[in-house]
Amino acid sequence: MTNRIEVLKTYKLYINGQFPRSESGRVYEIKVGKDFIANPAQASRKDLRDAVTAARGAQSGWAGATAYNRGQILYRIAEMLEGRTSQFVEEISLLEKTTTAQAKAQVAQSIDRWVWYAGWADKIATTFGVTNPVAGPYYNFTVPEPMGVVGILAPEKPSLLGLVDCLAPVLVSGNTAILVASHSAPLTAITFAEVLATSDLPAGVCNILTGIKDELAPWMASHMDINAMDISGAAKKNHTALREAGADNLKRIFAFGEKVKTERMISFLEAKTIWHTVGI
Amino acid sequence: MKTDTIIDGSEASLKNFLHTLPGVDQVGAQARAAMLGTRSVKNAAKAHAIDLAISMVDLTTLEGADTPGKVRALCTKGLRPDPTDSSVPRVGAICVYNDMVGVARQHLDAIGGHDLPIAAVTTAFPSGRASMPVKIQDTQDAIASGATEIDMVIDRGAFLAGRYGKVFDEIKIIKDICVERAHLKVILETGELVTYDNVRKASYIAMLAGADFIKTSTGKVSPAATAPVVLVMLEAVRDFYAMSGIKIGVKAAGGIRTTKDAIKQLVLVNETAGPQWLTPDLFRIGASALLNDLLMQRMKMRDGRYASPQYVTID
Repeated sequence: MTNRIEVLKTYKLYINGQFPRSESGRVYEIKVGKDFIANPAQASRKDLRDAVTAARGAQSGWAGATAYNRGQILYRIAEMLEGRTSQFVEEISLLEKTTTAQAKAQVAQSIDRWVWYAGWADKIATTFGVTNPVAGPYYNFTVPEPMGVVGILAPEKPSLLGLVDCLAPVLVSGNTAILVASHSAPLTAITFAEVLATSDLPAGVCNILTGIKDELAPWMASHMDINAMDISGAAKKNHTALREAGADNLKRIFAFGEKVKTERMISFLEAKTIWHTVGI
Repeated sequence: MKTDTIIDGSEASLKNFLHTLPGVDQVGAQARAAMLGTRSVKNAAKAHAIDLAISMVDLTTLEGADTPGKVRALCTKGLRPDPTDSSVPRVGAICVYNDMVGVARQHLDAIGGHDLPIAAVTTAFPSGRASMPVKIQDTQDAIASGATEIDMVIDRGAFLAGRYGKVFDEIKIIKDICVERAHLKVILETGELVTYDNVRKASYIAMLAGADFIKTSTGKVSPAATAPVVLVMLEAVRDFYAMSGIKIGVKAAGGIRTTKDAIKQLVLVNETAGPQWLTPDLFRIGASALLNDLLMQRMKMRDGRYASPQYVTID
């Protein structure tokens, strides 16, 4: 079978549960040394806009699903990730220039971390909600609610673990997301999108764009319909500019370190406080 | 009326005339409409198109759940679509059910919208299944309450049964009630007419019977204002103008929800009937959700960033 012509894959975006090319028609080249690897889509601001529309449309349904159901769906994603292990290992070792053992370790860690966050789905309200002591004939509760639509700039490396670290804490509480993947190693993100498409995650809950972060980030920061951003994957020198661009609509903008923290989840929660009269 | 030279008013002459109409090239109409939909509209033209589209919107609420409060809110929005920006033009008209016309008129008068037209849907909208006295009373009520535009539906059952004379006569009777007092828009409900040939025929029946506007749909049937249907109707008004010297307007209603859809409609108008039809007097867009999207696009062009639906009113 040496004379067989291999069927090459078209790497596309993931918006609203579908895999479109960029509206702009652009792609960029990924090479390792002199070897051509892939032409992933280079998303434009209009692709970002479409992704936000999809994420906004899916948000109330995702937040309205029961915590148990969200947890099950996230766990299902972990099951699917497990089945793609060898593909992830190949992509990571190729583009991040790691050994196979290192790549395997990253994939295993990513799946474990995803499961860790999935477990939080039905524990967030009990852990972070409170009954407040008040002096009056009332109950007073504070319950955590998702912020809404979250824009994520994923780190360049590690491409899979970084993506999981950013995405899982956002989705678990009922937020929907638009994630701009690693520019230098986007193949894992695209494979990850295929995992999402074959899980039970409703369309639009997670949208994945590949392209140039510096091009998309300012549009994301100034977009009035994105409630919060994780800019962990943006270059440090751009953080101030992004925070300024997001100030007009009081966008909550965070950058996190690499350590796993529940802080990542809590950051994308709003607190809703309810007074309830006693005896009625 | 120069139309007297086209038909003499009898059903036989109407049918004879309709049989002279050439058939619509279905594939050609769809291809041309699709081609015009790919036109790229650049920034300066887009800004102009957005304002023009806003001024052409018949801001509509036609729900069983319409309350006086909702109608008043709609009127306020129609007069001043973006309360934070006085450069936004007012809409073309407010479109409500017959019994809400009084509420709308009173509220518009109170907030300084004396000259904002109010369109009422009549003649047993949306089905049109009622006796003629009921349809006449429906229309008279609306005009008496202050409607300045009447959106009537044709009897699609009669049309599909081939009784063109009945369709014609009904329009003529309603037109006689409207004369001097209200603009008459005739809703063809193209989604129920099945073919483009029928759309063309129904357009001519309405125009010959005295319609001031021909309107695609009630908004209650899908498909509604598809691009090829609007194209066929625009060709009809263009040809009718050449024939009689009378300019008839077109109202596209139903399914136009985004700025992109609206601009595609404007391109169709410009390329088919011509730029002289690009005025609220001759082209309208019946819509409710569209206005918010137009306002958001306007904000995007003004502020240079994408807007959020949270910054426009919920209808």
